Amino acid sequence: MKIHEYQAKQLFAAAGIPVPDGDVANDSGTVQGIAERYNKPVMVKAQVHVGGRGKAGGVKYAETPEAARILGQQILGMNIKGLTVNTVLVTVAEEILSEAYVGIILDRASQRPVIMVSASGGVDIEEVAAKTPEKIHKLAVDPAVGLRAYQARDLAFSLYRDIGQVRQAADIIMKLYSVFWKVDASLVEINPLVTTPGGRVIALDAKINIDDNALYRQKDVAAMRDIDAEEPSEVKAREADLSFVKLDGNIGCIVNGAGLAMTTMDLVKRYGGEPANVLDIGGSSNPKKVVSAMEIILEDPNVRAILINIFGGITRCDDVANGLVDAFNQLDLSVPVVVRLTGTNEAEAQRILASRKLPTADTLDGGVKKAIELAGVDQ
Amino acid sequence: MSVFIDKKTKLIVQGITGRDGSFHAQQMKEYGTNVVGGVTPGKGGTKINGIPVFNSMAEAVKKTKANTSVVYVPPAFAVDAIYEAVDAGIKLVVCVTEGVPANDMMKAVPYAKSKGARVIGPNCPGLISPDKSKVGILPGNIVKKGPVGVVSRSGTLTYEAIWALTCAGMGQTTCIGIGGDQVAGTTFIDCLSAFEGDSATKAIVMLGEIGGSDEEDAAKFIKKNVTKPVVAFIAGQTAPPGKRMGHAGAIISGGSGTAVEKIKALNAVGIPVAGSPTELPELLTEQIKKSRKKSTSSKPASRRPAKKKAAARKKAARRPASKKMVKKKAAKKKTAKKKTTARKKSGAKRKR
Repeated sequence: MKIHEYQAKQLFAAAGIPVPDGDVANDSGTVQGIAERYNKPVMVKAQVHVGGRGKAGGVKYAETPEAARILGQQILGMNIKGLTVNTVLVTVAEEILSEAYVGIILDRASQRPVIMVSASGGVDIEEVAAKTPEKIHKLAVDPAVGLRAYQARDLAFSLYRDIGQVRQAADIIMKLYSVFWKVDASLVEINPLVTTPGGRVIALDAKINIDDNALYRQKDVAAMRDIDAEEPSEVKAREADLSFVKLDGNIGCIVNGAGLAMTTMDLVKRYGGEPANVLDIGGSSNPKKVVSAMEIILEDPNVRAILINIFGGITRCDDVANGLVDAFNQLDLSVPVVVRLTGTNEAEAQRILASRKLPTADTLDGGVKKAIELAGVDQ
Repeated sequence: MSVFIDKKTKLIVQGITGRDGSFHAQQMKEYGTNVVGGVTPGKGGTKINGIPVFNSMAEAVKKTKANTSVVYVPPAFAVDAIYEAVDAGIKLVVCVTEGVPANDMMKAVPYAKSKGARVIGPNCPGLISPDKSKVGILPGNIVKKGPVGVVSRSGTLTYEAIWALTCAGMGQTTCIGIGGDQVAGTTFIDCLSAFEGDSATKAIVMLGEIGGSDEEDAAKFIKKNVTKPVVAFIAGQTAPPGKRMGHAGAIISGGSGTAVEKIKALNAVGIPVAGSPTELPELLTEQIKKSRKKSTSSKPASRRPAKKKAAARKKAARRPASKKMVKKKAAKKKTAKKKTTARKKSGAKRKR
């Protein structure tokens, strides 16, 4: 799960990581009010779950409260990479001498949290990593031992020469590591970590992604979820305990298992079709899930055919078939449905569906081709 | 032969009284797995489908001499179940449970290793050695005994690929689903290494997906250490970009993780990647033919460091064994009979 910058900064501040003063606003009047309260130049920053906000014009500097109000008007309601800005963060603008990068990510390869720091932080950090990887310093931390102070110090020495700033950065890295574990993050990131003319080291930006598997024990963090910032159909799918990614094509797909769902998407494209989504109904076989899945897919006006591809293991084909019958009874089905059910209790499923006379397929490739053919027929 | 599990596997089912646990305990037992017990705290002393239930892993292992466990307990308790199994002396813990926090696994996996135990999963379908043992949820009716080792990061995609192999008459030594979580107890490399060392395995099918660098790492490992023919499939070849984790994801992977990168890495070490799982058997047949040709002519020097040449020659001498694979195909009807006798044997073993 992603949380907004202002929420991440709240978690940082609670852990003792220095962040600029700031407050959030949903309208331009409030933006002005915040700027007046600080009585200093401010930054107005769009709060959306997407990278490259600054480059898209969602992060701007305002000298006066009046200028902040105008920026608030511009940025609130703005569309950044398909997402509407509903909230802005107004923070005191800091004078910046240098921009560094500090991030901690769960690394699959080493199966450890890896801390990455670079003295060349800022908006072009990915380019720095790609072109001059020697400028990125990495450390895989042994989770059983934890991060030792000397390790944080070594990393900080690669960022700053001034020992005062090294100490501040080392302290920030230690605290960032503790936040990573405390909130069950899969990623924590400060970009940029800046130095001010007064010699202070501050986290100017904050990013935290939370491991979805740990949300059950992270109630406070889970409550930070901003449903308005997500694709509505994906929200509905999550509430129905389905994994769903919306795409732009016209063939709706209902599949069990992520790997097979992706493979089905690949094959639809391979045989000349365009998938409308990737929808994984997961491992358990609950007929209600099938109905929810059909509902979500039918809400997409682009859908011309639906392909149901189930390879039963822990999922029982007869349960899926019962769900389909319920869906046919409850929903107004205006598009053809191709069914490919194989595996556990397959024969029972076929008996349940026999009266419906649906187009069926025995193989994965056959089912995909059939769905593409039917989607192409004018209705 | 097979890898990780066989007739010597004595299994405890952790969470045996739950919905999934009880269903799959029964399925495994029917398949012929030597299920010696189950654990549910508070249900000790009872029986479920004739399988004795214990209160703790320590007690279960002491009474049954089990060497393997499978975890079906809910996500909030799954990591504890892994620790409990390892501390009781279990050497192979298969965690089927989905939704286990990755941070917990980061600590549990090295702990298990330090005690000489292997964890497979979490969020995995488990593994099956046809006609010998099945641990997890893989459907027993889609596999068939034979010479192909299958390893996969996926669940149902694995079934699809196994089914394609079985339909083409290509049976399997062991099929392993390692799970797709961030922190997996067993990796592609662990399985590739095991298949390379297993004399019954003559060829390997590897099923990957987008994300991470497991497939790239596997490609590097295969180039150095695997002499057996390998073919692969990568799910998510047409996935739209954008589902990524901030800058850090891009920085750490150095641009790898996409299907294009993975296919390139695999092709570069001579591993063909199928366009559909149904094309895997054909691709594997071609790859076996190619490797046989290679083994009759001399191996290209560039592929092998000088030190390993002697070993390579030995292996090359063993190569003709792969011809048996074709013969086995002809004899596939026999396996059905074998299955029933194998099950009878395992039944007898249980009674003892």
